[in-house]
Amino acid sequence: MSTATFDKVADIIAETCDIPRDNIKPESHAINDLEIDSLDFLDIAFAIDKTFGIKLPLEQWTQEVNDGKATTDHYFVLNNLSDQIDKLIAAKGA
Amino acid sequence: MRFEDFHMIDRIVALDLSGRSIRSVGLVPEAKSSTILQGHFPGYPLMPGALLLESMAQTAGWLLIALNGFTAMPFMAGAKDAKFRSAVLPGEAIEFEGRVIHEGSGYAVGEGKGRRDGKVVCNAQIIFTIMPFPSDAFRDALRARGERLELPVKELAR
Repeated sequence: MSTATFDKVADIIAETCDIPRDNIKPESHAINDLEIDSLDFLDIAFAIDKTFGIKLPLEQWTQEVNDGKATTDHYFVLNNLSDQIDKLIAAKGA
Repeated sequence: MRFEDFHMIDRIVALDLSGRSIRSVGLVPEAKSSTILQGHFPGYPLMPGALLLESMAQTAGWLLIALNGFTAMPFMAGAKDAKFRSAVLPGEAIEFEGRVIHEGSGYAVGEGKGRRDGKVVCNAQIIFTIMPFPSDAFRDALRARGERLELPVKELAR
C-alpha cells in the first residue's frame, strides 16, 4: 500500500466526515469502524475520484459483495481501498 | 410549473451532451392556482427555496437521464451550498441551468442555477445516486414526460 495514497484518503475522510484524523488508520474499516454511511461515502468517492483522477468502480464492488464474490473488507478497509486506488491509477497510466 | 404535481420545469430549451449542460424554463404559477403559494405565505406568496432546489435538481436530472440514454434514474441524494438569493414571486419566469461536473460509478455531481432576467436567483451543488428504473412503467412515464418537455427522447433513448 502506498503511504501517500492512504494519507490522502485519510485526510479526505477526516475532512468529509468530521472524524479525527488520528482515529483513521490503515486497518480501519470505513463502514464498520468509522461508521461512514453510504451517503457520506458518496462525498468521499467524489473527493477520491477528483483527487486521483480516477473513477472508483462502486457499482462493480457492490455487485461483487452482493454476489458473495468479495467481502466489504476487500474494498472498505482503508489499506485495501488505498491498494485499489493505486491499481486504478496504474491502469490509467498504462 | 405545477407545484402540486412536482412539475417544476415547463420546457427544456437547450441540451448540450458534450458540454454536459442543459437549460430549462419554468413559469411560477399565480397564487390563486397553487395551494402551496397560498400557504407560503398567506398574503405574501413566495416560491419556496426548497422548490427552487427541486427545480435545479430536476433540470440537472434531465441532463443525466439524457446522458445515460433513458437507462437509469438519478435521485437527489444531497445538496451543498444551496443559496436562494432573492425572492421569486408568482408569475415570474425562471431559467434554470444544469451542469454535470462529475460522473462517478452509480452517482453523479451536478450544479444548478436559476436566473430571472439573467440575474442569478439561486444556485446549488447537487449529488445524485443513479439507480435502475424501478419498473418499465416508471421508465415509460419518464419518457412521456421528457417528450412533453420537448426533449428529443427518441434520439436519446438507448
